[in-house]
Amino acid sequence: MLATDRRLILWHFWLAFGAFAAAVVLGAWQMWARSPLHGGPANPELYYRSVTAHGTVLGYVFPTLIAMGFGYAVCVTALGRPLRGQKIAWAGLWLLVLGALMAALAVAQGNSSVLYTFYPPLTASPFYYLGVVLVVVGSWFWVALMIYNLHAWRREHPGERVPLAVFGTVVSALLWFWTSIGAALELLFQLLPVALGWSSTVDAGLARTLFSWTLHSIVYFWLIPAYIAFYTLVPQAAGGRLYSDRMGRVAFVLFLVLAMPIGIHHLFADPNIGIGFKFLHSVFTAGVVLPTLLTVAGLAASLEIAGRLRGGKGLLGWVAALPWERPIVLATGFSLVMLGLGGAGGIINMSYMLNQSIHNTQWITGHFHLIYGGTVVIMYFAIAYELWPHLTGHPLRSARLACLQLWLWFIGMLVVTLPWHVVGLMGQPRRMAYYDWSNPGLAAQGPLVSASALGGFVLLLSAILLIVILARSQGGEKAEAGALTYARALDDGQPVPRALNTLGVWFGLMVALTVVNYGYPIAQSFFLQHNTAPPQPVTIGR
Amino acid sequence: MVGLLALLVAIVVFTSAHWGLHPPSRVETIDSTSLHAGGEFSEANLGTMIAPDGSAVVRIVAQQYAFVPDCLVVPAGVPVTMRLASADAVHGFLVQDTNVNAMVVPGYVTTVRTMFKDSREHLMPCHEFCGVGHQAMWAHLRVVEREKFPFDEAREKAVSCARH
Repeated sequence: MLATDRRLILWHFWLAFGAFAAAVVLGAWQMWARSPLHGGPANPELYYRSVTAHGTVLGYVFPTLIAMGFGYAVCVTALGRPLRGQKIAWAGLWLLVLGALMAALAVAQGNSSVLYTFYPPLTASPFYYLGVVLVVVGSWFWVALMIYNLHAWRREHPGERVPLAVFGTVVSALLWFWTSIGAALELLFQLLPVALGWSSTVDAGLARTLFSWTLHSIVYFWLIPAYIAFYTLVPQAAGGRLYSDRMGRVAFVLFLVLAMPIGIHHLFADPNIGIGFKFLHSVFTAGVVLPTLLTVAGLAASLEIAGRLRGGKGLLGWVAALPWERPIVLATGFSLVMLGLGGAGGIINMSYMLNQSIHNTQWITGHFHLIYGGTVVIMYFAIAYELWPHLTGHPLRSARLACLQLWLWFIGMLVVTLPWHVVGLMGQPRRMAYYDWSNPGLAAQGPLVSASALGGFVLLLSAILLIVILARSQGGEKAEAGALTYARALDDGQPVPRALNTLGVWFGLMVALTVVNYGYPIAQSFFLQHNTAPPQPVTIGR
Repeated sequence: MVGLLALLVAIVVFTSAHWGLHPPSRVETIDSTSLHAGGEFSEANLGTMIAPDGSAVVRIVAQQYAFVPDCLVVPAGVPVTMRLASADAVHGFLVQDTNVNAMVVPGYVTTVRTMFKDSREHLMPCHEFCGVGHQAMWAHLRVVEREKFPFDEAREKAVSCARH
C-alpha cells in the first residue's frame, strides 16, 4: 500500500471513530437523562438536540466514513494497485466533513431539532439540511471512484474474476447511490424550499414515502462492510477457507436488487399509503431476509472448515477449536448472536399487521440498536483492528485489550437493547425526553429503563477503550505487517458466471423494481387534494 | 430457507385475507389548516359519538402537544372506529396493552377499527416526535362497561372525560 493511500484511509477511519465516540457520549447521556436514575425531568430542548446529533452522526456520518475508508482499503489491497483519483477522494472527504460540521453547528444552535429522520412539516435551519446534503454529495465522490477503479482494472484484466471484496464494495457503492436519491429528493425539493421560505407548504406523506426509499436500504449500506468482512477476512483469520465465493456474490446481488424496493414497511402504520403497496413491500421484505440467511449459512460453513482444520472434532467441537483470541473471530461470534436476536425481531417488524403491536415503541429502538449498533458496528471495530497494522505499520496493542473492548460492547449492547424490547412490548413510546415515572401505568417500566441506562455507560467505556487501543497502537514500535490478504474460497478454481461478475443487469433490476414498488405511492401526491401542510419551524424556548 | 420465508408470507396472506387484519390505510385527505373551521373535526364533534348502527366513532385532533380531547371514553364490547387528524406536525398514537397503533400525518385522516373488551383505563401517548414538547403528549382512554356508557347522550353529541 502506498503511503498516500494509507494516509487517505487512516483519515477516514479516525474521523469516523472520532465522530462515533462523540455520538456515544450523547447516547449514554440521553439514556441516563430519561431514566429514573436522573431523578427528575431532563431539559427536552437539550435532549432533542442530542438525539438529532446522535442520529445524524451515527446514521449518516460514521457509517459512510467507514464504508468509504474500508472501500478504498479493499480497492487498493484486493486489486493490488494504487487508488486512481486520489484528489477526488480527498475532495469528497472534505466536502463530507464540511457538511457534517455545518449540520452539527445548526443542531447545536437548537433550531434544528428535527431528528435525523427530518419529520416535516417540522422545519429545521436550512444549514442543517444543506449539511446533510453535503455529506451525501461527498460520499458520491467515493461511489464514482469505486466504479471508476473497478472499470479501469477490468479494462486491463478482461474476463478475469473480480475479487469478492471488491465486488461487494461496488455493490455497496451502487446501492448507496440509489438509496440516497430518495432522501436527496426530499431534501432538495421539499425541505430546503420550505426552510428557505420559497415554499409555504409541504406534503408530509410524500416526504415520508421518499424518506422510506432511503431509510431501509441505508441499513444495508451500513451492513455490507460487515458482510464483506464475513466473506473475505473472517475465514482467513479463523484459519480456514471461504465455503463459497459464488454464494457471496449471489448474496451481494440479492441485496442490490431487494434492499431498496421494501422501504414502505416503515410506513405500515401510515394513513398515506394504501393496503396494496404495504402488502407488496412486506412480501419483498421477506425476500431480503434471504441474502442474510445465505450469508449466515456460508459463514458458519467457513468457520466449521477452519475449526476442523484446527483439530476440532464432533458435532460442535469445531466451535471450541476456533481462535477466539483473535479480535475479528470474537467479533464475528458476537455479531452472529446479535444478528440472530435482532433478525428475529426484524421478521416481526416486517410482518405487515404484527408490526402494529410494536410500531414506534421502544422495541424498534431496541431492534435497530441491536442490529446496527451491535451486529454491524462490532464488525467495524474488527475491520479497524484487522486493517490497523497494515495502515499504520504498527502492530495492534493489544489483541487482548481489543477482545476486552469487544466483550464490553457486546455485553453493553445486550444490556441496553433487551430491556428496550421488553418495555416496547409494554407500550413505551419512542423519542421521549422524559417519562412521568410516578404514573402507575409507567412505573413497572422504570427499573428496566434504569438497567438499560447502565448498559449505556458500558458502551461508553467500550468506545473510549476503542480510541485508546487505536491511538496506542499507532504510537508503538514499528513493524511491517506485509500485504493484507483475503480468504481463499473452496470454489476458487471454478469459473464465475458472467452474471455474477458484473453488476449492470442487477442495477437495472433495482431501478425497475423501484419504479414498480414506488412509482404509484410517489405519483399519488400529484393528484391528491388538501394533503399539504404549512411548515412548523423548530423554535428555541417554546 | 426459501420454504421458511414462503411460510411466513403465507401466514401473512392468510391472516390478512381471512380475518381482514390490515394496517390503517385509506389514503383519505383533509386540509390540516382548517380543522377548527367546521366539518368533521370541529370542536363539537371531538370525542365519542354513537353511530346509527350502534358502533362508536371517536374523533380526535392531534396537535402540538396534546390530543383533543385528552381523555376519551368508549363502551366495552362495541365496535369502535377511531378517526384522527393532525392540525400541525406528524403525530402518532398507540393505546397501551392493545394493538391500536397508527401514525397521524397532517393532510390525511387516520382511521383505525377496533373493539375494547375489558373496562379499564389505558394510556394513549403520542409516539412520533412532533417537536420539543412531544414527551408531554399523553392522553387517557377509558373503557367503561356498556351499562355505564351514556349511549343516548352520545347519539346527540360527542362525549368525553376531558376537563375543560
